[in-house]
Amino acid sequence: HLATSLPLPSERNHLRPRIDLVVFMIDIKSKYSLKNVETSLAHVDASFFLGKVCFLVTGVGRVNACSIETNAICKLGKAYCSPVLFCELELEGIRVTTAQRLLRMLQICAGHIPGVSALSFVSLMRNSDDD
Amino acid sequence: ESVDTQQTAFLLRKAWTLYSVTPLYRFRRARLRNYALLLSASIAAEAQKGLAVEVGVEMGIKVALSSLAELRGSDLDQPALLVQLSSRPQASSRNSEGKLVWLGCFCSMFGDDLSENLPEGFTSLPLFLSHGAERYTSLVGSWFQKTFDCCFRRLAISPQNLSWMVAMWAGCELDKAASAVELIFSVPRLAQPLDISYAIHPEDAKALWDTVQKTPGEITQEEVDVFMDCLYAHFHRHFKIHLSAAKLVKVSTVVASAHCDGIVKILHSQYLPGVLMLLTELAISQIQ
Repeated sequence: HLATSLPLPSERNHLRPRIDLVVFMIDIKSKYSLKNVETSLAHVDASFFLGKVCFLVTGVGRVNACSIETNAICKLGKAYCSPVLFCELELEGIRVTTAQRLLRMLQICAGHIPGVSALSFVSLMRNSDDD
Repeated sequence: ESVDTQQTAFLLRKAWTLYSVTPLYRFRRARLRNYALLLSASIAAEAQKGLAVEVGVEMGIKVALSSLAELRGSDLDQPALLVQLSSRPQASSRNSEGKLVWLGCFCSMFGDDLSENLPEGFTSLPLFLSHGAERYTSLVGSWFQKTFDCCFRRLAISPQNLSWMVAMWAGCELDKAASAVELIFSVPRLAQPLDISYAIHPEDAKALWDTVQKTPGEITQEEVDVFMDCLYAHFHRHFKIHLSAAKLVKVSTVVASAHCDGIVKILHSQYLPGVLMLLTELAISQIQ
Protein backbone atom coordinates (compact mmCIF):
# COMPACT_ATOMS: atom_id res chain seq x y z
CA HIS A 1 0.00 0.00 0.00
CA LEU A 2 1.40 3.40 -1.01
CA ALA A 3 0.56 6.74 0.62
CA THR A 4 2.03 10.18 0.03
CA SER A 5 1.72 11.10 3.70
CA LEU A 6 0.20 10.06 7.01
CA PRO A 7 -2.30 9.76 8.58
CA LEU A 8 -4.08 7.35 6.25
CA PRO A 9 -7.68 8.34 5.48
CA SER A 10 -9.89 7.02 8.29
CA GLU A 11 -12.79 6.08 5.97
CA ARG A 12 -11.02 2.92 4.88
CA ASN A 13 -9.87 1.78 8.33
CA HIS A 14 -12.21 -1.20 8.46
CA LEU A 15 -11.08 -2.44 5.03
CA ARG A 16 -7.38 -2.18 5.74
CA PRO A 17 -5.37 -5.32 6.49
CA ARG A 18 -2.89 -5.41 9.38
CA ILE A 19 0.18 -3.26 8.76
CA ASP A 20 3.39 -5.17 9.33
CA LEU A 21 6.02 -2.71 8.10
CA VAL A 22 6.10 1.01 7.40
CA VAL A 23 8.78 2.19 4.97
CA PHE A 24 9.29 5.93 4.89
CA MET A 25 10.80 7.00 1.59
CA ILE A 26 13.05 10.03 1.52
CA ASP A 27 14.31 11.39 -1.79
CA ILE A 28 17.74 12.87 -1.17
CA LYS A 29 17.06 15.38 -3.94
CA SER A 30 14.00 16.77 -2.21
CA LYS A 31 14.10 18.52 1.15
CA TYR A 32 10.32 18.49 1.05
CA SER A 33 10.27 14.69 1.22
CA LEU A 34 12.23 14.81 4.50
CA LYS A 35 9.84 17.37 5.99
CA ASN A 36 6.89 15.25 4.86
CA VAL A 37 8.33 12.15 6.52
CA GLU A 38 9.03 14.05 9.73
CA THR A 39 5.43 15.25 10.02
CA SER A 40 4.09 11.82 9.07
CA LEU A 41 6.16 10.12 11.79
CA ALA A 42 4.02 11.81 14.42
CA HIS A 43 1.04 9.78 13.22
CA VAL A 44 2.67 6.40 13.74
CA ASP A 45 1.81 4.43 16.86
CA ALA A 46 4.80 3.94 19.18
CA SER A 47 4.58 0.14 18.97
CA PHE A 48 5.65 0.27 15.34
CA PHE A 49 9.06 1.59 16.32
CA LEU A 50 10.04 -1.81 17.68
CA GLY A 51 11.43 -2.89 14.33
CA LYS A 52 8.41 -2.30 12.10
CA VAL A 53 9.57 1.02 10.69
CA CYS A 54 12.42 1.68 8.34
CA PHE A 55 13.68 4.63 6.32
CA LEU A 56 14.51 4.21 2.66
CA VAL A 57 16.65 6.96 1.16
CA THR A 58 16.51 7.09 -2.62
CA GLY A 59 18.51 8.93 -5.23
CA VAL A 60 21.87 8.48 -3.50
CA GLY A 61 23.56 7.67 -6.79
CA ARG A 62 23.49 11.31 -7.81
CA VAL A 63 25.86 12.89 -5.30
CA ASN A 64 25.66 16.25 -7.02
CA ALA A 65 21.90 16.59 -6.71
CA CYS A 66 21.92 16.18 -2.95
CA SER A 67 19.58 18.54 -1.10
CA ILE A 68 19.61 16.83 2.27
CA GLU A 69 22.49 16.20 4.62
CA THR A 70 23.02 12.46 5.19
CA ASN A 71 23.78 13.24 8.83
CA ALA A 72 20.28 14.59 9.33
CA ILE A 73 18.80 11.32 8.03
CA CYS A 74 21.06 9.14 10.17
CA LYS A 75 20.08 11.23 13.20
CA LEU A 76 16.43 10.60 12.34
CA GLY A 77 17.09 6.87 12.14
CA LYS A 78 18.82 6.92 15.54
CA ALA A 79 16.08 9.03 17.12
CA TYR A 80 13.40 6.55 16.00
CA CYS A 81 15.50 3.40 16.54
CA SER A 82 14.86 2.36 12.97
CA PRO A 83 17.20 1.22 10.22
CA VAL A 84 18.09 3.53 7.36
CA LEU A 85 18.57 1.96 3.94
CA PHE A 86 20.22 3.83 1.09
CA CYS A 87 19.47 2.99 -2.51
CA GLU A 88 19.38 4.30 -6.06
CA LEU A 89 16.15 3.44 -7.83
CA GLU A 90 17.49 4.37 -11.23
CA LEU A 91 19.86 1.40 -11.26
CA GLU A 92 18.02 -1.85 -11.87
CA GLY A 93 20.43 -4.03 -9.91
CA ILE A 94 20.17 -1.93 -6.78
CA ARG A 95 16.42 -1.57 -7.22
CA VAL A 96 16.02 -5.36 -7.27
CA THR A 97 18.35 -5.91 -4.31
CA THR A 98 16.58 -3.24 -2.25
CA ALA A 99 13.20 -4.78 -3.06
CA GLN A 100 14.49 -8.16 -1.93
CA ARG A 101 15.80 -6.67 1.33
CA LEU A 102 12.48 -4.98 2.05
CA LEU A 103 10.61 -8.17 1.25
CA ARG A 104 12.82 -10.10 3.66
CA MET A 105 12.23 -7.48 6.37
CA LEU A 106 8.49 -7.68 5.72
CA GLN A 107 8.50 -11.47 6.05
CA ILE A 108 10.19 -11.14 9.42
CA CYS A 109 7.85 -8.37 10.58
CA ALA A 110 4.81 -10.42 9.54
CA GLY A 111 6.08 -13.33 11.60
CA HIS A 112 6.65 -15.63 8.62
CA ILE A 113 10.22 -16.47 9.58
CA PRO A 114 10.30 -18.73 12.63
CA GLY A 115 12.76 -17.75 15.33
CA VAL A 116 13.28 -14.16 14.10
CA SER A 117 11.04 -11.27 15.07
CA ALA A 118 10.96 -7.58 14.22
CA LEU A 119 12.65 -6.88 17.57
CA SER A 120 15.86 -8.32 16.11
CA PHE A 121 16.20 -5.26 13.89
CA VAL A 122 16.42 -2.99 16.89
CA SER A 123 19.23 -4.98 18.46
CA LEU A 124 21.09 -5.26 15.16
CA MET A 125 21.04 -1.49 14.66
CA ARG A 126 24.58 -0.29 14.45
CA ASN A 127 25.78 2.66 12.45
CA SER A 128 29.16 2.04 10.80
CA ASP A 129 30.29 5.39 12.26
CA ASP A 130 30.02 3.87 15.73
CA ASP A 131 32.74 1.35 14.98
CA GLU B 1 44.09 38.12 3.87
CA SER B 2 43.86 41.04 1.50
CA VAL B 3 44.49 40.17 -2.10
CA ASP B 4 45.89 42.87 -4.39
CA THR B 5 42.78 43.96 -6.25
CA GLN B 6 44.58 45.17 -9.35
CA GLN B 7 46.24 41.84 -10.00
CA THR B 8 43.10 39.85 -9.44
CA ALA B 9 40.58 42.14 -11.13
CA PHE B 10 40.55 39.81 -14.14
CA LEU B 11 38.65 37.28 -12.04
CA LEU B 12 35.67 39.56 -11.57
CA ARG B 13 32.53 39.71 -13.71
CA LYS B 14 33.45 36.75 -15.90
CA ALA B 15 31.63 33.45 -16.12
CA TRP B 16 34.17 30.83 -15.00
CA THR B 17 33.73 27.11 -15.55
CA LEU B 18 35.12 25.24 -12.56
CA TYR B 19 37.13 22.06 -12.36
CA SER B 20 38.81 20.18 -9.56
CA VAL B 21 42.42 19.20 -10.33
CA THR B 22 44.44 16.52 -8.58
CA PRO B 23 47.99 17.54 -7.55
CA LEU B 24 50.50 18.13 -10.35
CA TYR B 25 53.55 15.89 -10.43
CA ARG B 26 56.99 17.36 -11.15
CA PHE B 27 55.70 20.84 -11.86
CA ARG B 28 58.55 23.38 -11.74
CA ARG B 29 57.79 27.09 -11.46
CA ALA B 30 61.15 27.94 -13.04
CA ARG B 31 60.17 26.21 -16.29
CA LEU B 32 57.05 28.24 -17.10
CA ARG B 33 58.53 29.61 -20.35
CA ASN B 34 59.40 26.11 -21.44
CA TYR B 35 55.94 24.78 -20.58
CA ALA B 36 54.36 27.62 -22.57
CA LEU B 37 56.33 26.61 -25.67
CA LEU B 38 55.41 22.94 -25.22
CA LEU B 39 51.74 23.76 -24.76
CA SER B 40 51.80 26.04 -27.77
CA ALA B 41 53.34 23.28 -29.87
CA SER B 42 50.75 20.81 -28.61
CA ILE B 43 47.90 23.11 -29.60
CA ALA B 44 49.40 23.67 -33.03
CA ALA B 45 49.84 19.92 -33.47
CA GLU B 46 46.17 19.34 -32.68
CA ALA B 47 45.27 21.98 -35.26
CA GLN B 48 47.38 20.22 -37.86
CA LYS B 49 45.51 16.99 -37.16
CA GLY B 50 42.47 18.83 -38.42
CA LEU B 51 40.52 18.27 -35.22
CA ALA B 52 39.90 21.94 -34.61
CA VAL B 53 37.22 23.75 -36.57
CA GLU B 54 39.08 26.99 -37.23
CA VAL B 55 42.40 25.65 -38.38
CA GLY B 56 43.84 29.06 -39.11
CA VAL B 57 43.21 30.33 -35.62
CA GLU B 58 44.80 27.38 -33.86
CA MET B 59 48.03 27.76 -35.78
CA GLY B 60 48.31 31.28 -34.52
CA ILE B 61 47.79 30.68 -30.81
CA LYS B 62 50.28 32.19 -28.43
CA VAL B 63 50.55 30.72 -24.95
CA ALA B 64 51.67 32.57 -21.84
CA LEU B 65 52.08 30.99 -18.41
CA SER B 66 52.61 33.14 -15.36
CA SER B 67 52.52 32.90 -11.59
CA LEU B 68 50.27 35.11 -9.55
CA ALA B 69 51.80 35.22 -6.09
CA GLU B 70 49.05 37.50 -4.76
CA LEU B 71 46.35 34.96 -5.50
CA ARG B 72 46.55 32.56 -2.59
CA GLY B 73 45.19 32.26 0.91
CA SER B 74 48.24 31.76 3.06
CA ASP B 75 51.92 31.04 2.54
CA LEU B 76 51.05 27.36 2.72
CA ASP B 77 49.18 27.73 -0.56
CA GLN B 78 50.92 27.54 -3.89
CA PRO B 79 50.84 30.81 -5.85
CA ALA B 80 48.19 30.72 -8.55
CA LEU B 81 49.12 29.72 -12.10
CA LEU B 82 47.68 31.70 -14.96
CA VAL B 83 47.42 30.34 -18.51
CA GLN B 84 46.61 32.80 -21.28
CA LEU B 85 45.89 31.90 -24.87
CA SER B 86 45.90 34.76 -27.34
CA SER B 87 45.64 34.84 -31.09
CA ARG B 88 48.79 35.92 -32.86
CA PRO B 89 48.42 39.47 -34.20
CA GLN B 90 47.62 39.67 -37.89
CA ALA B 91 50.44 40.89 -40.11
CA SER B 92 48.32 43.84 -41.15
CA SER B 93 47.33 44.78 -37.62
CA ARG B 94 49.07 47.66 -35.94
CA ASN B 95 48.45 46.11 -32.56
CA SER B 96 51.43 44.04 -31.48
CA GLU B 97 49.45 42.29 -28.77
CA GLY B 98 47.19 39.45 -29.81
CA LYS B 99 43.59 39.19 -28.69
CA LEU B 100 42.97 37.13 -25.57
CA VAL B 101 40.90 34.09 -26.59
CA TRP B 102 41.07 31.91 -23.51
CA LEU B 103 42.01 32.22 -19.87
CA GLY B 104 42.72 29.54 -17.29
CA CYS B 105 43.67 29.86 -13.65
CA PHE B 106 44.89 27.18 -11.26
CA CYS B 107 44.66 28.28 -7.66
CA SER B 108 44.55 27.21 -4.05
CA MET B 109 42.88 29.42 -1.44
CA PHE B 110 43.53 27.97 2.02
CA GLY B 111 43.76 24.53 0.54
CA ASP B 112 45.81 23.12 3.43
CA ASP B 113 43.61 20.03 3.71
CA LEU B 114 45.07 18.76 0.49
CA SER B 115 48.55 20.25 0.49
CA GLU B 116 49.70 19.32 3.97
CA ASN B 117 50.01 15.57 3.42
CA LEU B 118 51.38 15.56 -0.11
CA PRO B 119 54.33 13.34 -0.96
CA GLU B 120 57.47 14.85 -2.52
CA GLY B 121 57.26 16.23 -6.02
CA PHE B 122 53.58 17.17 -6.00
CA THR B 123 52.14 20.67 -6.33
CA SER B 124 48.64 21.27 -5.04
CA LEU B 125 46.43 23.66 -7.01
CA PRO B 126 43.04 22.02 -6.67
CA LEU B 127 40.78 24.69 -8.16
CA PHE B 128 40.83 25.40 -11.89
CA LEU B 129 38.81 28.21 -13.45
CA SER B 130 38.45 28.46 -17.22
CA HIS B 131 36.98 31.18 -19.38
CA GLY B 132 36.66 30.82 -23.12
CA ALA B 133 35.86 28.21 -25.73
CA GLU B 134 35.48 24.63 -24.53
CA ARG B 135 37.83 23.27 -27.19
CA TYR B 136 40.72 25.29 -25.76
CA THR B 137 39.90 24.13 -22.25
CA SER B 138 40.03 20.59 -23.55
CA LEU B 139 43.36 21.13 -25.35
CA VAL B 140 45.00 22.80 -22.36
CA GLY B 141 43.49 20.27 -19.96
CA SER B 142 44.76 17.27 -21.95
CA TRP B 143 48.25 18.71 -22.10
CA PHE B 144 48.35 19.30 -18.34
CA GLN B 145 46.96 15.83 -17.68
CA LYS B 146 49.55 14.22 -19.89
CA THR B 147 52.48 16.33 -18.69
CA PHE B 148 51.84 16.39 -14.95
CA ASP B 149 49.84 13.19 -14.50
CA CYS B 150 46.90 15.00 -12.98
CA CYS B 151 43.15 14.66 -13.47
CA PHE B 152 40.58 17.36 -14.25
CA ARG B 153 36.93 16.94 -13.31
CA ARG B 154 34.09 19.35 -13.77
CA LEU B 155 33.14 20.71 -10.37
CA ALA B 156 29.47 20.08 -9.76
CA ILE B 157 27.74 22.12 -7.05
CA SER B 158 24.93 20.33 -5.24
CA PRO B 159 21.73 22.10 -4.13
CA GLN B 160 23.00 21.74 -0.57
CA ASN B 161 26.19 23.65 -1.40
CA LEU B 162 24.25 26.27 -3.35
CA SER B 163 22.11 26.82 -0.23
CA TRP B 164 25.26 27.46 1.78
CA MET B 165 26.44 29.95 -0.81
CA VAL B 166 23.23 31.93 -0.97
CA ALA B 167 22.95 32.07 2.84
CA MET B 168 26.57 33.14 3.20
CA TRP B 169 26.56 35.69 0.42
CA ALA B 170 23.12 37.14 1.19
CA GLY B 171 24.43 37.92 4.64
CA CYS B 172 27.42 39.90 3.43
CA GLU B 173 27.72 43.55 4.36
CA LEU B 174 26.76 45.75 1.44
CA ASP B 175 28.07 49.24 0.96
CA LYS B 176 26.01 50.28 -2.01
CA ALA B 177 22.78 49.47 -3.80
CA ALA B 178 22.73 45.75 -4.35
CA SER B 179 21.01 43.54 -6.86
CA ALA B 180 18.30 41.11 -5.80
CA VAL B 181 19.07 37.74 -4.26
CA GLU B 182 17.80 35.26 -6.79
CA LEU B 183 17.28 31.51 -6.52
CA ILE B 184 16.43 29.46 -9.58
CA PHE B 185 14.73 26.09 -9.21
CA SER B 186 14.16 23.41 -11.77
CA VAL B 187 11.04 21.31 -11.34
CA PRO B 188 11.65 17.63 -12.01
CA ARG B 189 9.50 15.05 -13.73
CA LEU B 190 7.39 17.34 -15.87
CA ALA B 191 6.65 16.91 -19.58
CA GLN B 192 7.91 20.44 -20.22
CA PRO B 193 10.85 21.54 -18.04
CA LEU B 194 9.82 24.31 -15.69
CA ASP B 195 12.15 26.82 -14.06
CA ILE B 196 11.05 28.90 -11.11
CA SER B 197 12.90 32.10 -10.33
CA TYR B 198 12.55 33.46 -6.79
CA ALA B 199 13.90 36.97 -6.33
CA ILE B 200 14.27 38.56 -2.90
CA HIS B 201 15.15 42.11 -2.02
CA PRO B 202 18.77 42.00 -0.80
CA GLU B 203 17.99 43.94 2.38
CA ASP B 204 15.19 41.53 3.28
CA ALA B 205 17.49 38.57 2.66
CA LYS B 206 20.23 40.09 4.80
CA ALA B 207 17.75 40.95 7.56
CA LEU B 208 16.50 37.35 7.56
CA TRP B 209 20.03 35.96 7.71
CA ASP B 210 20.95 38.30 10.55
CA THR B 211 18.09 36.96 12.67
CA VAL B 212 19.16 33.39 11.94
CA GLN B 213 22.93 33.60 12.38
CA LYS B 214 23.96 33.28 16.01
CA THR B 215 27.72 33.84 15.90
CA PRO B 216 29.11 36.36 13.41
CA GLY B 217 31.79 34.77 11.27
CA GLU B 218 30.45 31.26 11.88
CA ILE B 219 27.83 29.43 9.87
CA THR B 220 26.23 26.11 10.78
CA GLN B 221 24.18 23.70 8.68
CA GLU B 222 21.21 24.33 11.00
CA GLU B 223 21.33 28.06 10.33
CA VAL B 224 21.44 27.52 6.57
CA ASP B 225 18.47 25.11 6.87
CA VAL B 226 16.43 27.61 8.89
CA PHE B 227 17.22 30.37 6.40
CA MET B 228 16.17 28.23 3.44
CA ASP B 229 13.07 26.95 5.25
CA CYS B 230 11.95 30.53 5.83
CA LEU B 231 12.32 31.29 2.14
CA TYR B 232 10.45 28.10 1.17
CA ALA B 233 7.66 28.81 3.67
CA HIS B 234 7.24 32.36 2.40
CA PHE B 235 7.01 31.14 -1.18
CA HIS B 236 4.54 28.42 -0.25
CA ARG B 237 2.34 30.87 1.59
CA HIS B 238 1.98 32.96 -1.56
CA PHE B 239 2.08 30.43 -4.35
CA LYS B 240 1.21 27.09 -2.72
CA ILE B 241 4.30 25.54 -4.28
CA HIS B 242 6.82 23.53 -2.26
CA LEU B 243 10.17 24.76 -3.54
CA SER B 244 11.84 22.25 -1.23
CA ALA B 245 10.65 19.53 -3.62
CA ALA B 246 12.31 21.20 -6.59
CA LYS B 247 15.99 21.26 -7.44
CA LEU B 248 17.94 24.40 -6.65
CA VAL B 249 20.08 24.97 -9.75
CA LYS B 250 21.37 28.51 -9.52
CA VAL B 251 21.84 31.21 -6.91
CA SER B 252 22.68 34.81 -7.57
CA THR B 253 23.63 37.58 -5.15
CA VAL B 254 25.52 40.85 -5.38
CA VAL B 255 28.66 39.04 -4.17
CA ALA B 256 28.63 36.19 -6.69
CA SER B 257 26.43 33.83 -8.62
CA ALA B 258 26.80 30.07 -8.93
CA HIS B 259 25.19 27.40 -11.11
CA CYS B 260 25.00 23.71 -10.26
CA ASP B 261 26.96 22.79 -13.42
CA GLY B 262 30.00 24.44 -11.83
CA ILE B 263 29.81 27.89 -13.37
CA VAL B 264 30.41 30.92 -11.16
CA LYS B 265 30.66 34.63 -11.57
CA ILE B 266 32.39 36.66 -8.87
CA LEU B 267 31.15 40.21 -8.75
CA HIS B 268 32.61 41.82 -5.67
CA SER B 269 36.35 42.18 -5.14
CA GLN B 270 36.02 42.44 -1.36
CA TYR B 271 34.64 38.90 -1.12
CA LEU B 272 36.87 37.33 -3.77
CA PRO B 273 39.10 35.47 -1.27
CA GLY B 274 36.04 34.17 0.59
CA VAL B 275 34.40 32.87 -2.57
CA LEU B 276 37.63 31.27 -3.81
CA MET B 277 38.15 29.68 -0.41
CA LEU B 278 34.72 28.06 -0.56
CA LEU B 279 35.31 26.88 -4.13
CA THR B 280 38.73 25.48 -3.19
CA GLU B 281 37.03 23.55 -0.39
CA LEU B 282 34.47 22.10 -2.82
CA ALA B 283 37.22 21.17 -5.26
CA ILE B 284 39.19 19.40 -2.54
CA SER B 285 36.18 17.43 -1.34
CA GLN B 286 35.48 16.36 -4.92
CA ILE B 287 39.09 15.12 -5.22
CA GLN B 288 39.13 13.21 -1.95
